[in-house]
Amino acid sequence: MSLAASSIFSLRQRLTAGEISPADILADLSTAILARDPEIGAYLSFDLEAAQIEAAAADLSLPLGGIPIALKDNINVLGQPCTCGSRFLERGYTSPYNATVTERLRAAGAVPFGRMNLDEFAMGSATENSALQITRNPHDLSRIPGGSSGGSAAAVAGNLAIAALGSDTGGSIRQPASHCGVVGLKPSYGRVSRYGLVAFASSLDQIGPLTRTVEDAALILQAIAGPDRRDSTCLDVPVPDYLEDLKKGVAGLRLGIPKEYFDEGIDPAVRALVEAAAARLQAAGAELVEISLPHTEHAVATYYIIAPAEASSNLSRFDGIRYGRRAPSPADLDDLYRSSREEGFGADVKRRIILGTYVLSSGYYDAYYSRAQKVRTLIRRDFEQAWGQVDAILAPVAPTPARKIGEASSDPLQEYLSDICTLAANLAGICAISVPCGTVPSGEGTELPVGLQILGPHLGEATLLRIAKAAEL
Amino acid sequence: MANQSIDVRRIANLSRLKLTEEECGVFQRQLESILGHVESLGALDVEGIEPTSYPATVYDVMREDVPGPSLPVEAVLQNAPEQAQEQIRVPKVIAEA
Repeated sequence: MSLAASSIFSLRQRLTAGEISPADILADLSTAILARDPEIGAYLSFDLEAAQIEAAAADLSLPLGGIPIALKDNINVLGQPCTCGSRFLERGYTSPYNATVTERLRAAGAVPFGRMNLDEFAMGSATENSALQITRNPHDLSRIPGGSSGGSAAAVAGNLAIAALGSDTGGSIRQPASHCGVVGLKPSYGRVSRYGLVAFASSLDQIGPLTRTVEDAALILQAIAGPDRRDSTCLDVPVPDYLEDLKKGVAGLRLGIPKEYFDEGIDPAVRALVEAAAARLQAAGAELVEISLPHTEHAVATYYIIAPAEASSNLSRFDGIRYGRRAPSPADLDDLYRSSREEGFGADVKRRIILGTYVLSSGYYDAYYSRAQKVRTLIRRDFEQAWGQVDAILAPVAPTPARKIGEASSDPLQEYLSDICTLAANLAGICAISVPCGTVPSGEGTELPVGLQILGPHLGEATLLRIAKAAEL
Repeated sequence: MANQSIDVRRIANLSRLKLTEEECGVFQRQLESILGHVESLGALDVEGIEPTSYPATVYDVMREDVPGPSLPVEAVLQNAPEQAQEQIRVPKVIAEA
């Protein structure tokens, strides 16, 4: 197997045995990128020379020593671009500082390498809303990789990256992981610092890994989790050893099957694969328990009030003054703001800013925003009640396999509704993972991956990873 | 719930977005469809339910007040579209008398 197609775990064994060097991995990756990324389009940029210098000095005794890790292009690395897939930051922005996850990866010996494509400002679920380029699904180049962390997922799936970080506000790690057949973990709210992640919706955003194996996801989470004085939402709670119990199996665990996630809106082929995965876990000793999460149907409406509201506030910093695009020859200061934002933002971003501004505006705040926050409480309570009965919950990640590129509905609501299976985890702040559970034939000679979603209680990543390990094919 | 008609031009002004006529028309249609879906929350009884603004169990976290280095001026200014005299240059803010 080529180095570029290997897991972190196997590369680490070969590195510590002295069989290979970090430079060999980077060289192999760069060959793979040059050969195949022109058709996949996962990378927005990469700096091989800087990575080689860093890799030469990597401490191989550390847990991720010598491993290159790709970053979604909304995570800051000092001296590198951070475009967020937007015309706003395409030029005129070089990161003046490191995100905490960047520092943590480096402290664990990893080498940040590559800036991965995403829907503009992480808003979307296809990576078609990147203003800079399209990313294609390595399993079927006519199809989307999912999004918004589509570049991260496609690179890992296409053997163009060993592992990657993404961000997940409403499914943006899990859904592309499902569509591309890789592992994608959204940690619990507060588990990983967001300092240096360009904010989309601050009460929902989390950074997490996209990897080839569950073990690799555990290795990366181990490196990036833990308190950070620069992110007050990052919890000061000890980080357990995620590898310790990874292989303990699922005997005796109770796994919930929420009926609301298996209704007629789910493609029968997807449902069959998820149910088969559940049956395998049952055969491995887990007990399946039918449960109900009665407010699931309200997740889309709740999310599409709260997330745009927070985005409209967070994106007000893009004003053409301090960094990024500034419109030429503005009439006055107000025109500078308006023209820079008009030129810099794409349609989906503008639509969400307007929606968010509307639901926060005078006269509508109570009817929309306050009410959505209360329904969010109901959605959280659904899960809190479930944890009294079960250790984790099994569900699909997306209602269908990856659709064709360019076949998005002209009605954004239809796209938003396809997020139904992933939004609740962000609203409730719990952890969730997508792990490949099989493929569906496309009818055109390709096989489309499908992910099993496992949802766990807040800070329940150790058990989540253990179940994911048992479910891994 | 609120009336689902939305004055896109007015909200775009609040958002400091310019928008072309075409964008206004498209957003009007799309946002009315989204708001139509969002109306469904109006049917839920949320009387007495506490709102969730953050899904965290802790609030008002304070870190120790320890001074540390800030970004150097040149690191901040490297990204400024226009600069002069170690400052970010902007169009004139104060109007002529």
